[in-house]
Amino acid sequence: MSQKVLLNAKEVNIILHRLACQLIEKHNDFSNTVIIGLQPRGVFLADRLVKILEEDYKVKSIQLGHLDITFYRDDFRRGDKTLAANKTEINFIVENKNIILIDDVLYTGRSIRAALTAIQSFGRPNEIELLTLIDRRFSRHLPIQPDYRGRQVDVINNEKVKVNWKEQDKEDSVYLIEK
Amino acid sequence: MSELSVNHLLGIKYLNKEDIELIFKTADHFKEVINRPIKKVPSLRDITIANLFFENSTRTKLSFELAEKRLSADVINFSSAQSSVKKGETLIDTVNNILSMKVDMVVMRHPNPGAGVFLSKHVNASIINAGDGAHEHPTQALLDSYSIREKLGEVKGKKVVIVGDILHSRVALSNIYALQLQGAEVMVCGPKTLLPKYIGKLGVKVETNLRKALNWCDVANMLRVQNERMEISYFPSTREYTQQYGVNKDFLDSLDKEITIMHPGPINRGVEITSDVADSNQAIILDQVQNGVAIRMAVIYLLASKIKQ
Repeated sequence: MSQKVLLNAKEVNIILHRLACQLIEKHNDFSNTVIIGLQPRGVFLADRLVKILEEDYKVKSIQLGHLDITFYRDDFRRGDKTLAANKTEINFIVENKNIILIDDVLYTGRSIRAALTAIQSFGRPNEIELLTLIDRRFSRHLPIQPDYRGRQVDVINNEKVKVNWKEQDKEDSVYLIEK
Repeated sequence: MSELSVNHLLGIKYLNKEDIELIFKTADHFKEVINRPIKKVPSLRDITIANLFFENSTRTKLSFELAEKRLSADVINFSSAQSSVKKGETLIDTVNNILSMKVDMVVMRHPNPGAGVFLSKHVNASIINAGDGAHEHPTQALLDSYSIREKLGEVKGKKVVIVGDILHSRVALSNIYALQLQGAEVMVCGPKTLLPKYIGKLGVKVETNLRKALNWCDVANMLRVQNERMEISYFPSTREYTQQYGVNKDFLDSLDKEITIMHPGPINRGVEITSDVADSNQAIILDQVQNGVAIRMAVIYLLASKIKQ
């Protein structure tokens, strides 16, 4: 197994600030916009972006939620393992809101498909956008593209993109891992 | 651990501690799901479940059916009152006929102890025991423990007394197994005639004085007197039973500490507990019912995920 650095901590930080600015450009004060991070790995990115927006760009009281898509996945009973769920925390109404869905890596698009179904359980949003830190090109199984992307990468099938976060993995970085 | 150690839920006896923890953890997620505006997830849309009730039930049947529908499973219902069982069809024949219509899972309540175990050996489907005679009622025990965990933080180390008709109760046996597995102390309390002779062998304390029992415990699970299973008189009169083993508000207030009151339903109001106890803040009877749906969703989800395509 070999691994290559795609992004280091400094680069991740620059990208996060750029993404935060792009979000402000479109959503201004976030009065009708909510941010929803996908469990398990998208929540770190969502939490971090909200922190940057609030602390560095003085956007006040952004509504932030975490969404678990386990029960909406299309591979139930298709693998060897039982799919284990994570916590969903959405303590606001999404009816008529603009939603920014956040995940770390966009690969086949199946998780996002599941998230789009899952979010319907909380009401009918006005619009849904997608933000991902890494966009793996040429690997989509479904017609889904991000509205905001950190970095586009070309990865072949036996390689994996691993995003690390300070909160969980001691450092901010993105690795390309060859299996 | 993310998988159950069993392929059927026939009784708590067949589970281990990790299984119970996994069911509770999964139920936490489903409890959040059933409090959403849209309370349904699509996980089980390619699973068909048959609910076979060879004995009457309101709560359990509705709870299972709701759990199945919240998971998007297809559901067929059967109750023996309107079926060919009355024409003399055997259990295996009945179930195999239903399974030949491509059913993946069977939820069964049956008056005979061991009916679920018997069925699991003869048919090719995942079986959930929804009560077999006076033997086990595993989902009830799971939701009881889950409700204790929710109210008191954890089950381990808690003192739980099961009061009333232990002899005819499947809820009592499943609860004893489940509570002991999680490290709770269990006591049974009731008139001698309604306590099985060798109940002490299960490692539970036995007490016939209700006041002593309630002063000892953190939680009291008040069972219903099952008149329909009593072919002889086990106590002189309902009035006398109530005087000795019924709980009213004055009695509850006179105890050394505030205890939690549970009841698996249906309540005989005024017999095992009075209305003001059932409706008091100390009672978690309706929480038990709500948790029942989440627990059953968890059990069905975890068992269904073991059914290979």
